[in-house]
Amino acid sequence: MAIIVDDKTRVVVQGATGNQGRFHLAQMLAYGTRVMAGTSPGKGGQEIEGVPLYDTVEQAVLHHAVNASVIFVPAPGAKDAAFEAIDAGLGVVVIVTEHIPVHDAMDIMAFARQRGTVVVGPNTFGIISPGKIKLGIMPAVAYTPGPVGIVARSGTLSYEIASALTRAGLGQTTVVGLGGDRVVGLNFVEVMKRFEEDPETEAVVLVGEIGGTAEEEAAEFAKGMSKPVVAFIAGRSAPPGKRMGHAGAIIERGRGTFEGKVKALEAAGVRVATLPWEVAGLVKEALEERAHEGATASGRR
Amino acid sequence: MKLYEHLAKEVFSRYGIPVPPGRVVTTPDEAGQVCRELGEVAIKVQILAGGRGKAGGIRFAATPEEAAREAAALLGTEVRGLVVDRLLVEKKLEIDRELYLAVAVEGAARRPLVIASASGGVNIEEVPEKLIVRKPVDPAWGLLPFQARQVARRLELGGEQARQFSDILVRLYRVFDSCDAELAEVNPLVIQKDGSLIAADGRLNVDDDALYRHPELPRVEEGTEIERQAKKAGLSYVELDGDIAVMANGAGITMATLDILQHYGGRPANFLDAGGGAGVEATAQAIELLLSRRPRALLINIFGGITRCDDVARALVTVAERRGGLGLPVVIRLVGTNEQEGLDILRQHGFSAFRTMDEAAAAVVRAASEADGGVA
Repeated sequence: MAIIVDDKTRVVVQGATGNQGRFHLAQMLAYGTRVMAGTSPGKGGQEIEGVPLYDTVEQAVLHHAVNASVIFVPAPGAKDAAFEAIDAGLGVVVIVTEHIPVHDAMDIMAFARQRGTVVVGPNTFGIISPGKIKLGIMPAVAYTPGPVGIVARSGTLSYEIASALTRAGLGQTTVVGLGGDRVVGLNFVEVMKRFEEDPETEAVVLVGEIGGTAEEEAAEFAKGMSKPVVAFIAGRSAPPGKRMGHAGAIIERGRGTFEGKVKALEAAGVRVATLPWEVAGLVKEALEERAHEGATASGRR
Repeated sequence: MKLYEHLAKEVFSRYGIPVPPGRVVTTPDEAGQVCRELGEVAIKVQILAGGRGKAGGIRFAATPEEAAREAAALLGTEVRGLVVDRLLVEKKLEIDRELYLAVAVEGAARRPLVIASASGGVNIEEVPEKLIVRKPVDPAWGLLPFQARQVARRLELGGEQARQFSDILVRLYRVFDSCDAELAEVNPLVIQKDGSLIAADGRLNVDDDALYRHPELPRVEEGTEIERQAKKAGLSYVELDGDIAVMANGAGITMATLDILQHYGGRPANFLDAGGGAGVEATAQAIELLLSRRPRALLINIFGGITRCDDVARALVTVAERRGGLGLPVVIRLVGTNEQEGLDILRQHGFSAFRTMDEAAAAVVRAASEADGGVA
């Protein structure tokens, strides 16, 4: 199984005719994602990579029963695109676009909450359930199917960690990119909850960074989880008051520090890797321990 | 983008929030002149950092001569590491009490948050949690007057003061909303001896990503010269105090690269996220920028997704040819999209590359400690 999206998900790509949209639409198709339609206002009736284009998301729903969207529309039009997707009743909206004004992001999340839509991003690499569906811009080679769920704030760092897991023979159920912005849709806890409920996910990897309080909230949730959690937090060496690339990656007024996050996670029983390449080893260790505990538990029964 | 106090107050004033009369000055004479017009004044350094009061950046003067003398003592000095080139000279307030009031983006809740406290004038993070009132706002409706009255009530304000407070809060929310602010803060919000409320200080941080739709707002540049250059070139760059220059692609991996350098005892000179899918010329410019600071060594860490390894290799070779050699140890880690093409280009030009971050980080730290000179 996978969380949030799977091989039955029917996808529309919004902003399908721009450079990024066109390229990644082709990549997603090549991976086997069921990309049913694209939208690009004014280009309805045309095709791209053999996929029909429409002027509106509403038409894509009508003709292809799409239920998820990936948005590549540039920042000034991204709020409109997200509202269109939510209004059309899609269940999952992935916003890849970077540099969306934070007030637009708050509006999107308020509307999504009202309609019960799951928003991934903005400023995310997307979500992938290896072997089933790739919804976003991540390099397919980094992943393979398996028992580990990954949830990350950053793209490239999570590719690095996912490919190390893949090399170590530890595949993934689903990998979710939350997005690097200050206001994003899904958070760590919501994704961890789904991993906890997913029968095929056996361990969870959390890739966090300095700034905000999302990792502290994740730590609180991890306390009650039955599955082991391994974390890596980027930004140990970052000075306070400087935004490290992501809008959300900043230590402000004593909040969002590396030490605070690691302390909270460790107190919750999460194994925290000091270096990114240690994650795979810690996952392996956690899974072996769990298998051993399982064996003793059933032996006792 | 952070606005200076005097610019934030100009915006507040435009939205009907009361602020003290005053003017920005750049010379002692002007400071004296403002004092002549207003009587007793407060003289405040205009810098983009908090805690200036404690650092001696706020003075008072009763006469024009005194104002000129205090201004002369402040101009050109450094407060909190920032050079003082302008002062705000304002009518001195008769203070009865100080409150705290702000509207901020609350990332965790994904909505605006009103933060208020009856103990203002200090950093809000030093105020005990039980003395802070927090009120989340639905961005779809905005802050409604009754919510502002609730906040006033919880601060135990009554009568005319509650009315004034609510009015200021509704207006501050309007500033926050209309200006695409990340933070609109009044600290302290002063209750004067005559009972009226006034914004004694002001902060307005505007979302950089929304500046395109705010031609009406002034522009304030922050950061060092090289950080400004990088921003113009569209690079995400932060200057640090070490001697190993770093370029990577993606904010998370760049942060992790700095962490690993430090783990091996190295000192990173900067954060530079070359971003996803930067072309040859943009990458070459980024490398030029790093070299202009004369580091002891350069580390390039690329995990190519959208970024193509051959583009990065070409960029490095281009810079080396332009400069007739790079003149410092360069350590490269290159994997991902078009990896083989990238490695071939490097090899043809006498460079080699590592496959893991681990080896590359250890190698560059070693190279930096062996390199003589570099930083002039």
